Amino acid sequence: MSTTVVGKNLRKVDGVKLVTGGAAFTDDIQLPGLLYGKILPSPHAHARIVRIDATRARALAGVHAVLTYKDVPRVPHTTAGQAWPEPSPYDTYLLDSKVRFVGDRVAAVAAETRAIAGKALGLIEVEYEVLPAVLDMEQAMAPGAAVIHDEPDSTKIFDRQRNIAGYILREIGNVEEGFRECDLVIEREFRTGRQQHCAIEPHVSIAWLDADARLVIRTSTQVPYHTRRQCAQILQIPVSRIRVVKPRIGGGFGGKQEMLLEDITGALALAARRPVKIEFTRTEEFYMARTRHPQILRMKMGAKRDGTIVASQMTVLATTGAYGSHASTVQGNTGSKVLPLYRAQHMRFECHVVYTNTPVAGAFRGYGCPQGFFAQESVVDELANELRMDPVEFRRRNAIRLGDIDRLSAQLGEGREGLPRVIRSCGLSQCLDRGAAAIGWERKRKARPRPGHLKRGVGVSCTMQGSGIAGIDWASAFLKMNEDGSFYLQAGASDVGGGADTVLSQIAAETLGVTLDKIVITSGDTDITPFDVGAYASSTTIISGGAVRKAAEKVRAQALAVAARMLDTAPENLTCGANLVSTVGAHPKSVTMTDIAMQAMYKDKLQIMDGASHYNTDSPPPFCATFAEVEVDTETGQVRVVHLVSAVDPGTAINPMQAEGQVEGAVAQGIGYALTEELLLDELGRPRNPNFLDYKMFTAKDMPKLTAILAETDEPLGPYGAKSISEVPINGPAPAIANAIYHAVGIRIRKLPIRPEDVLRELRAAGNL
Amino acid sequence: MKTMTIRLTVNAESKEWSIAPGDLLLDVLRREGYFGVKRGCEKGECGSCTVLVDGSAINSCLMFAAQADGRQVLTIEGLAHGDTLDPLQEAFLDHGAAQCGFCTPGMILAAKALLNRNPNPSEAEVREVMTGNYCRCTGYVKPVAAVLAAAKASRRAR
Repeated sequence: MSTTVVGKNLRKVDGVKLVTGGAAFTDDIQLPGLLYGKILPSPHAHARIVRIDATRARALAGVHAVLTYKDVPRVPHTTAGQAWPEPSPYDTYLLDSKVRFVGDRVAAVAAETRAIAGKALGLIEVEYEVLPAVLDMEQAMAPGAAVIHDEPDSTKIFDRQRNIAGYILREIGNVEEGFRECDLVIEREFRTGRQQHCAIEPHVSIAWLDADARLVIRTSTQVPYHTRRQCAQILQIPVSRIRVVKPRIGGGFGGKQEMLLEDITGALALAARRPVKIEFTRTEEFYMARTRHPQILRMKMGAKRDGTIVASQMTVLATTGAYGSHASTVQGNTGSKVLPLYRAQHMRFECHVVYTNTPVAGAFRGYGCPQGFFAQESVVDELANELRMDPVEFRRRNAIRLGDIDRLSAQLGEGREGLPRVIRSCGLSQCLDRGAAAIGWERKRKARPRPGHLKRGVGVSCTMQGSGIAGIDWASAFLKMNEDGSFYLQAGASDVGGGADTVLSQIAAETLGVTLDKIVITSGDTDITPFDVGAYASSTTIISGGAVRKAAEKVRAQALAVAARMLDTAPENLTCGANLVSTVGAHPKSVTMTDIAMQAMYKDKLQIMDGASHYNTDSPPPFCATFAEVEVDTETGQVRVVHLVSAVDPGTAINPMQAEGQVEGAVAQGIGYALTEELLLDELGRPRNPNFLDYKMFTAKDMPKLTAILAETDEPLGPYGAKSISEVPINGPAPAIANAIYHAVGIRIRKLPIRPEDVLRELRAAGNL
Repeated sequence: MKTMTIRLTVNAESKEWSIAPGDLLLDVLRREGYFGVKRGCEKGECGSCTVLVDGSAINSCLMFAAQADGRQVLTIEGLAHGDTLDPLQEAFLDHGAAQCGFCTPGMILAAKALLNRNPNPSEAEVREVMTGNYCRCTGYVKPVAAVLAAAKASRRAR
């Protein structure tokens, strides 16, 4: 299909304001009378508040509101930004008489300056009964372990007495039988670390009452509609009395698919009757924001001598931290999006998600898949080696392919029964071919070991993801025509920096036959834009884009009807493109979009406008092959990634330049996850490295050579063939790097991050040193 | 509260501001409406508050506003000439180097300081300078390419 706007490397529609410092982000406004909100964090991992007295804080000059659990409604809820009814436990309270991790909310104040707010926090008198804390997830279910959610009013907790937030068990076929059929079975244990999103813009919310006394919340969120619904629930005011505005967002990555500040900022604004802002400091981010779920995975896979994988089984223990935000859904993905990548007849996934008195885990790009693929792709590599097969060919032979039906996904939906997944497009083989060529696979796999202490190796991994949550994610969009032939696009979707506004505008422009500058977009404002679940689950391009395409088709039909009358022909004889509507045939006649708009508005008295809603009953997976070349220093254990290739099948890329950017950014986070990033806790549950000097992200200088490859396919369920791209590349680097380390020095590292000391220890244990 | 007056040039405009001696340059600039100066960590770790002071890239969260007295400050708002963007800004747009855009002003200004003193930097030199600017979106591939392209475009224009 030939396109003129879709598939082009066009500049971001919001780009100029971003490169010129335009007032674009949540905090880029000045409100008269703004108060500074601040949260008193718990110093204890687990404690009951036996006495709290805010009298002195309230008396401090410049303090306008102080809230403790005694001052707010007690409404069990989840902070997970998910569609109603949320599958996550309702185990969280605006403020509570119990604290469950270091950094948990104790109280909140709003004051005229940051300094006064800080001083007021110090004047709140709190007496704690410190309780035994559960910091180790392997101890959480043990008899006698402290019960973290002993409050009676929380709901949807799987087994509160044993600290189990969620439990999942799914099986297709019979794995025990399957393993008996195998010639080779490998079972290994893996451990993954606590990574944080580290969006450079911290969480920030500003709330105020407008002239009609409606609560306006301007906030750095990925989920404006869920936030509005949840704030209404928690603050006990009607949805119609709340407006949530999402301006430009300085990075989300899942960390803002979470109601972290909006409820408490709103409560303070209601109490003070003045605008209130809460902005996390970087330290507060590390204490109070979300992380990726740490997991312990046991991965067992079996194959026949001919290289056919017969059975796979994954058994997971994960911790959600102190609250169950995204507990079962992230971990469900660890099974449902990982195991079906290979066509084993028998698959089994079992997972316990436990509470611990540690920072809360939540949604994070990849959503459970990075952990699962680290385990699976490491074991697959071992199987290939044992069977003396090339790891690329072994994967290709066993991978899911066009026409396959993924039966496990049917059992593992978003916290409930899912829908079967049919593979209607699959570029994985192409990803493997092009990725292997880019890294120099054939040559480097056979290269002789270098002399000296610097050893090189190459490794591969295959991953997939979804594109929206089947049957749940939905979106809507509205378009109206302006007098100059331009169109105003109102999309509920939430651009969090990935370029959704541009992609959606490109889809609208393509469908309407206009240039990109003819689309003016507003997105993510609950008063102005129609509903959208928000930016998560790799849904925006396929689901929100689907809604935009439908709305644009309707509006196009209206414009063609007007043009048909103007050109004295039938609409089916018309085509549109380059801001013109023309008759088809040898001697085309044309009218401009401007002519059509003026005709409609001032002669026909007609506003050309329409909207549409969209959802899919399937979630087409994007595929990815990741290749890593590493250099291992056998004297220091240091692993340097020399070259990383990520070849991705995103369906079609609506904007290839932006799509590449998604791959490069995901890979950077994935390499950090593999090698350096981990939020560490001390023996009392306090973060030990809550800053960017000690929490190690890669800088421009640290990054290896990156190659992003788009292996495009045409997905029938996506607008113009698009699936998704933002998440799938993050899953690949950790296993590809681990497999490359094995190729380089013959050791298997089964924990993340892979630190030099881990490598040295394994080298010594293997006698390779 | 004690206040003091500072006189400085911001984006080629003379300013006279009343500040508290302990005010950070970051906070004063944002208070005065220069929202392109971003707050990412307030500890000199992330670089999103980068501005040029007398041509040098500094973290404005690590400088007292009082220290800017009598000096020339350039923020991202002052980089374009009217509607004509700086070659760095053009290159960031053409290369898709800005994703969320939050670290972008700091990155562009750090690159600007580099190109001012070295119009023909190597990729390694660009990466070295940009090490002071964390970006969580791009993996630095497109920002580095954009800076190199801007350097080339600027040399050609000269």
